Amino acid sequence: MTAYGLLIDYEYCSGCQSCEVACKEEHKIPVGQWGIRILDDGPWECTDGKFNWNKIPTPTRLCDLCAERTAKGKQPSCVHHCLTGCMQYGTVEELAKELEEKPNQVLFVPKPYQY
Amino acid sequence: MKLFKGQGTADLGKPWRYEEDGLTVTRGCAWSPPGCHPVGCGIKTYVNAEGELVKVEGDENHPVTGGRLCVRCLTMRDYVYNPDRVLYPMKRAREDRGKNKWERITWEEAFDTIAEKVAYYKENYGAESILMQGGTGREGGPMLPAYAQAALGTPNASQPLSGYSCYIPRVAGTTYVMGVAYPEMDYAGGLPGRYDDPMFKLPELIVFWGKDPLPTNGDGLFGHSAIDMMRRGSKLMVIDPRVTWASTRADYHLRLRPGTDTALAMAMLDVIISEDLYDHEFVEKWCYGFEQLAERVATMPVEKAADICGVEADLIREAARAYAAAKPAQIAWGLAIDMKSNGTQAGHSILALEAITGNVDVPGGQLVGDVNDGLELGFGWKELGVELQNKILGLKEYPAMVSFVLNAHCDMVLDALETGEPYAFKMAGFEDCNGLAGTDCAQPARWHKAYQNLEWCFGIDVWLTPTIQACCELFLPLSSTIEHDTVVYSHYGASPITMGVANKSITVGEGKGDCEIMYEIGRRCMPINFGRFANFYEFLEEYRLNGKTTFEALREEVVHQKTETLSYYKYKSGKLRPDGQPGFNTPTGRVELYSTMFRQFGEDPLPYYEEPQYSPASTPELMEEYPMVLTTGARTYCYFHSEGKQIPYLREINPDPIVEVNPQDAQRYGIANGQWVRLTNQFGSCVLKAKVTQQVYPGLVAAQHGFWFPEADSEEPVLYDIWRSNINNLMPHFHVGKLGFGAPYKCLICKIEPIADNFDTDMAEVWRRWGNPAVRK
Repeated sequence: MTAYGLLIDYEYCSGCQSCEVACKEEHKIPVGQWGIRILDDGPWECTDGKFNWNKIPTPTRLCDLCAERTAKGKQPSCVHHCLTGCMQYGTVEELAKELEEKPNQVLFVPKPYQY
Repeated sequence: MKLFKGQGTADLGKPWRYEEDGLTVTRGCAWSPPGCHPVGCGIKTYVNAEGELVKVEGDENHPVTGGRLCVRCLTMRDYVYNPDRVLYPMKRAREDRGKNKWERITWEEAFDTIAEKVAYYKENYGAESILMQGGTGREGGPMLPAYAQAALGTPNASQPLSGYSCYIPRVAGTTYVMGVAYPEMDYAGGLPGRYDDPMFKLPELIVFWGKDPLPTNGDGLFGHSAIDMMRRGSKLMVIDPRVTWASTRADYHLRLRPGTDTALAMAMLDVIISEDLYDHEFVEKWCYGFEQLAERVATMPVEKAADICGVEADLIREAARAYAAAKPAQIAWGLAIDMKSNGTQAGHSILALEAITGNVDVPGGQLVGDVNDGLELGFGWKELGVELQNKILGLKEYPAMVSFVLNAHCDMVLDALETGEPYAFKMAGFEDCNGLAGTDCAQPARWHKAYQNLEWCFGIDVWLTPTIQACCELFLPLSSTIEHDTVVYSHYGASPITMGVANKSITVGEGKGDCEIMYEIGRRCMPINFGRFANFYEFLEEYRLNGKTTFEALREEVVHQKTETLSYYKYKSGKLRPDGQPGFNTPTGRVELYSTMFRQFGEDPLPYYEEPQYSPASTPELMEEYPMVLTTGARTYCYFHSEGKQIPYLREINPDPIVEVNPQDAQRYGIANGQWVRLTNQFGSCVLKAKVTQQVYPGLVAAQHGFWFPEADSEEPVLYDIWRSNINNLMPHFHVGKLGFGAPYKCLICKIEPIADNFDTDMAEVWRRWGNPAVRK
């Protein structure tokens, strides 16, 4: 069976949280629970004076990769609404190739939750 | 053409309305409510056969947003069906102010009451005794002067923000210095091929100066366009005291002390001029007063600015050189420019930087509208007649502001409310303006008391805000952006980018849109201005579309890129001036580095630096008691100023009002991360929740604004707890610049102390009250 995933270009995730809220609306997830959540590392200052601050949207156990939407040819709601366009949905095979094209990306392959 | 790789494609090419899986889908462009500036982001509503909103989604057909949508529109369903929303007109007696003694009435009664009151106060006290207070972020925001002057017939429109420290100072300064409305960073929003359009040139450098456009979309700029361009190769420079996420992706970050922007800009000008890095041709042909400017900025050498701003001299030099070398370069300037009394000079200096480097009106530089693009100012002004026009408050004292923006001077309005001088206000309207809740009003308790001197007031909003609850006898319910038809134009029409329609797709209660409410009030009170329209659409088409197209025609397009007016180098083609001559629409026909208009208004014609009124440099004697520099009002994705606290998914993102404190200061004052603290200065105090973070440097605290607590008791004296965390308690009244513009909302001083109380929001209660709401009809 083909595996699908979410490719996140975390160089550009601005932390807008559209992915979190789009997911909650799509799946009617109450406050205090998430289907995808932005892990926030920073800002902290490095010795060279630059700051590290990465925000990484991370699918949780409630992520089903928007099975209903993708069956209709739509993007998962998080990908569709991401303000920076830093997310992609696709097969692991095609997304893995994208990983080679630029650094600061991460590929998630969540086990789809059964709603 | 895809703007980004993950862009949806399933609904590309769909008409403005279509059916899908038994639901009616309507495409439109969102403005407000929920509060926002006019980007007009593409939105699709999905409505069932019962007329109920099932969900919303971003519209991938939109040329600028491409399906992207922020959290404020993603939660549209929670907004429109929120149990706290007021869906009908209501009234209460004067003696019941502050109490929940509202009684539902009809729109007819509401409009007739306004007409009756307007007639009464005009006859007995003169039209100037009527005050229209307005806010921002609603469709009614830019309509504020028209609400007052065209619809009510009073000259006195006013946003209760000290020094009108938002947008207007920059717009007025640009008009005087450059003769255009606003130099927006060019993100190819009006070009069919967007970033790949042959007319466009990708900027080599984008500068965020006192602006964080990603969460704010200020004035209709889709902030994330900057990310689109960075992915295509543009570099970023950030000028901001705080570490923002964007600053960590920038090649240059200049962390200046709040309020010192003019010193920095003057020093950058000095570097560019003294190192001969400027655009000689543009300066010689199109600028006025270069020699005088050069002489003036030479008084601000880099080392001096470095001392003032707290930025290393070498970094200032490198930044100036990088900006001058980038072709093109663009600057997105923000609210921080306005929020100081020295803001006019900061703005003038930034305009001078853009001009002498040849970045004005060029592809990928500063986008400016032609002579026909403009803000909708002036509707109903002439019809007031000279006598009433001359009564607008502040015309004599602050002509540069009052005659330009046709607003009474904000700070003088408070004085008049308190003293009855030069005349007493008797009646007021609050149009989409929650000024008391830590948004506009400096010294909000004074405003609150002063508003009680008004005899009769009405308010227009979606919510029973604390401001309306405290002051009004009549409530008019506003509909959301998906409940009414209207037109949204990026940048209030001042930039050639897009025009779109907001399409009515559901009905909730009896709310009406801002334009329709103004039309209904206007045709009753001022038939001279509104009598010629047979209906609301005729008004909309003249007012918003200048009669150039019809609403129906624009609706077919949903969103229209203004390609017919978009061109560059208009200063050569004559499109910037009403007489069609080449040049800029200023008295000298050039960009005035030496401003003849400022001189005429009695201001220094050249930029000069002035310290914030209270700062380590200007009031060293106060620093022992108030050792911290205080900056306020940085925006978040989840709230539009005071709005959004009742939306659970938004509240969850930012449940409590935050003040950022550096770890060193937290150690010094014994503050734990997440602990509540009291901020105090010579003007007042409030309590906020500390976030211990390196986002602020040691000695600086950054406080959030606009907090009220809709879960608290709505009645006086609690009034949704608006005083507890109201950062504007610490803002002084009437500390404005010489021309009347700008007040120090972003550059004050304070002390910070930990407190034992815990005011953490109970998110379980928030969810219980407002979570996953049932449909309301």
